[in-house]
Amino acid sequence: MTVGVLVFPGSNCDRDVRWALQGCLGVSTTFLWHEQRHLDGIDAVVIPGGFSYGDYLRCGAIARFAPVLEAVKAFAAAGGPVLGICNGFQVLTEMGLLPGALTRNAGLHFICEPAELRVSPGACRWLQGYAEGDAIRLPIAHGEGRYQCDPDDLRRLEDNGQVVLRYAANPNGSVGDVAGLSNPAGNVLGLMPHPERACDPATGGVDGRPLLASLLR
Amino acid sequence: MPTFHARVQVSLRPSVLDPAGEATRAAAARLGVDGVRRLRIGKAIELELEAADRATAQSQLELISDRLLANPVIENWTLEISEPAAAEHP
Repeated sequence: MTVGVLVFPGSNCDRDVRWALQGCLGVSTTFLWHEQRHLDGIDAVVIPGGFSYGDYLRCGAIARFAPVLEAVKAFAAAGGPVLGICNGFQVLTEMGLLPGALTRNAGLHFICEPAELRVSPGACRWLQGYAEGDAIRLPIAHGEGRYQCDPDDLRRLEDNGQVVLRYAANPNGSVGDVAGLSNPAGNVLGLMPHPERACDPATGGVDGRPLLASLLR
Repeated sequence: MPTFHARVQVSLRPSVLDPAGEATRAAAARLGVDGVRRLRIGKAIELELEAADRATAQSQLELISDRLLANPVIENWTLEISEPAAAEHP
C-alpha cells in the first residue's frame, strides 16, 4: 500500500499528511508533484491542505488544471480511494469530483479551532472505522469553508447519504452543516476539517486516526 | 491575427451570501453614507486575446469565462468584447 500525497506550489499540509500516515500509522507515502502525469504504483491519493497556486482566482481554481489531476480523475473513476482535505476538498469541487463549492466563511474570519463533527459513514470507504452518529473532534483551519449548493442539490446529497460529516455547531455558515461529502460510490471524500492533525497524541486528539487507518482495512 | 480586448465581469449569484460585501456596506455607513442598501463584490477580468475572427474570440472567451474565470455553481459572468484596435489592421 502506497499513498500518493499531491504537492502543488502552496500546499502546506503535505508533510502533516505524510507524518500521520507514515509516522503514526506505518503507511508508506510518496509525494506527487503537480506536473506528474501518472499514478503508477499508487493505491490511494490524498490532496492535502494549503493554498494551491496561492488560491488565485478562487480556492482550487488553478489547481484543477494541474496535469496530475487528470490522472486523479481517471483513478477516482476506476474506484481508487481519493481524499481531499481542506484545500483538497476545494480542489475536488472545482474539478467536479464532488458537487457544490466552498465559499468565504459567513463571519469572514479565518477559523482555526477544534470542531465537533457527527459522522454518517454510509458507503464512504474512508469512514468505515466510525459508526453512524459517532461524535468526533477534528481541527479546522480555513477562511473559505462555507459549503454552498442549491437546496435541491443539498436534498439530493442528503437522500443519497453523501453528507457524511456534519458540524455539531456550524462555524462557517455551510448549508446543511456540511463538513464533508462523499461521492455516490464512496471512494472519494472531501472534508474541510484536518484528520491528519488528529492522529498523533502529541498534538491533541486521535479522532482522525480511524479515517486514515481505513486504508489498512 | 487580430487582438480582441475583452472584459469579463464575475459576480456572486444573487442567492449566495456575500459576507465581504456586507462588511463593506457596514463600513460605508461608518463613513457617513447610510443609504447603501445593497453592496455585492465581484471581479472584473480584463484580457487581450489573439484570434482569427470575432466569432472565434467569442467562443474562446466564453469557454474560459465559464470553465475558469467563474464557477457557475456560485457565480454568474458577463462578457464584453471590443473590436480589434485599428492599428492592428493597417
